[in-house]
Amino acid sequence: MKFSYYPGCTVHSTAIEYAKSIDAVLDVLGIELKEIEDWNCCGAAAAHSIHRQLGLSLPARNIAQAQKQVALSSQLITSCPGCFNALKRADYALRNDGETRQEIENVVGFSYSGEVKIRSLLDILNNDVPQESLTAKVKKPLNKLKLVCYYGCALVRPQAVTELDNPENPMMMDTLMDLMGVDVRDWSYKTECCGADLALTHGDLVQKIVGRLIEHAKDAGAEAIVTSCGLCQANLDMRQTGPDPLPVFYFTELMGVAMDVPNRKAWWSKHIVDPGPLLSRLGYE
Amino acid sequence: MNYELSGQTVARDASFANEVIEATGVRVDRCYQCMTCTLGCPVADVMDYPPNQVMRLIDLGAKETLLRSRTIWMCVTCETCFARCPNQIDTAAVMDYLREEATAQGVEVPEARIQLLHRVFAENIKSFGKVHEATMLMAYKLKSKDFFSDMGIGLKLFLKGKIPLFPSKVKGMQEIKRIFEKTYDKTFGGRS
Ligand code: SF4
Ligand code: SF4
Repeated sequence: MKFSYYPGCTVHSTAIEYAKSIDAVLDVLGIELKEIEDWNCCGAAAAHSIHRQLGLSLPARNIAQAQKQVALSSQLITSCPGCFNALKRADYALRNDGETRQEIENVVGFSYSGEVKIRSLLDILNNDVPQESLTAKVKKPLNKLKLVCYYGCALVRPQAVTELDNPENPMMMDTLMDLMGVDVRDWSYKTECCGADLALTHGDLVQKIVGRLIEHAKDAGAEAIVTSCGLCQANLDMRQTGPDPLPVFYFTELMGVAMDVPNRKAWWSKHIVDPGPLLSRLGYE
Repeated sequence: MNYELSGQTVARDASFANEVIEATGVRVDRCYQCMTCTLGCPVADVMDYPPNQVMRLIDLGAKETLLRSRTIWMCVTCETCFARCPNQIDTAAVMDYLREEATAQGVEVPEARIQLLHRVFAENIKSFGKVHEATMLMAYKLKSKDFFSDMGIGLKLFLKGKIPLFPSKVKGMQEIKRIFEKTYDKTFGGRS
């Protein structure tokens, strides 16, 4: 399988361990990603928060770049839910709103062909890769690991735009973790917001929001949290204040553990809450 | 119809609701004040007007009140309100519109740091085409004069080797420049 890939800015910075674990796991699964040429920032929350047209045009330029390599793959994959949301919003406007489409085309200087389909990595692993191919690669089923799946906002909402899963009770990560043998706990905070960018201006508020999430994760019996979002991971990883903080994994990191890929220590060194003690206690180091 | 707002009697003005519908396509006039949006909003308790009241203020035509509100800056676009609204009202899109208006009009906003962070972030993209955390955070700290809060967080990330020192630039910077000229710069001018 071969896909076009939009990595997003955080692969070289705050989500570097996500990027490394994605590479390792997709390598095992034989999935090839071809980064689109000269991509730019999707605009994140900042662009659309103060300028609608900027918030649509920045991701649209990446759609334009993906159109150029459509012969290679018509599917553009991204692993970051924030980038996914921005790209999907631009694509939704380009596809469904003629007037806005003309504006975006004029600003970006391209002509939208509609050939590129934007997909999230979770979607690919759930719906394009057969489950047997995933389980066949599991060397160490993680059945002693109790955790909750945390999806956050951007991946699933608004549903008309993201076209993914159930926005109130998504299951994509639950399913993947289940296939890795993990003891997945149910809880009602899967799609609760982590406080997002307020972390930089209102740290105390985000600390409170994160505290609530952690408390409920622990109530569900979780010893760790798994997510697919760099911002969620950063907020949850950095803003826990109580005793016995929970490690916060990217889902690909845990797939990497189950598939026993090499060089995992380098990922753990990037975490604030060190997952080492939990993993060694369970024998999954 | 007249209404009371902050101790003053004001006349209802339906033109604002029409302005919002026209600009966003969101049918704010379908709101029946069930408060589902507010119940799910993660930051409703730190807003001066929770999301359902935003809808009410739009209905009354209280544009100034909203443009000066804390609410529009506290909203993190989590879209929980939209996901659950029985009338499919995308409140988050309305918040985007109100923030853009407040910024374009140069309104003095009560959450200036949040507005500044959005602007510094956008302007970082304008410089590099991508976000470079170190220069972005530096610019934010310098402009907000907020040197002390959360220094520990930036430092932690830096020590983890998660904040690269040097920015990487997009090759097609003329294209990025063009996007900004036709959008952000056009609306906000040189003001920063
Ligand atoms: S959920 Fe919808 S209808 Fe109910 S108060 Fe909020 S905006 Fe109005
Ligand atoms: S999008 Fe904004 S108003 Fe709506 S629930 Fe989220 S934070 Fe609250």
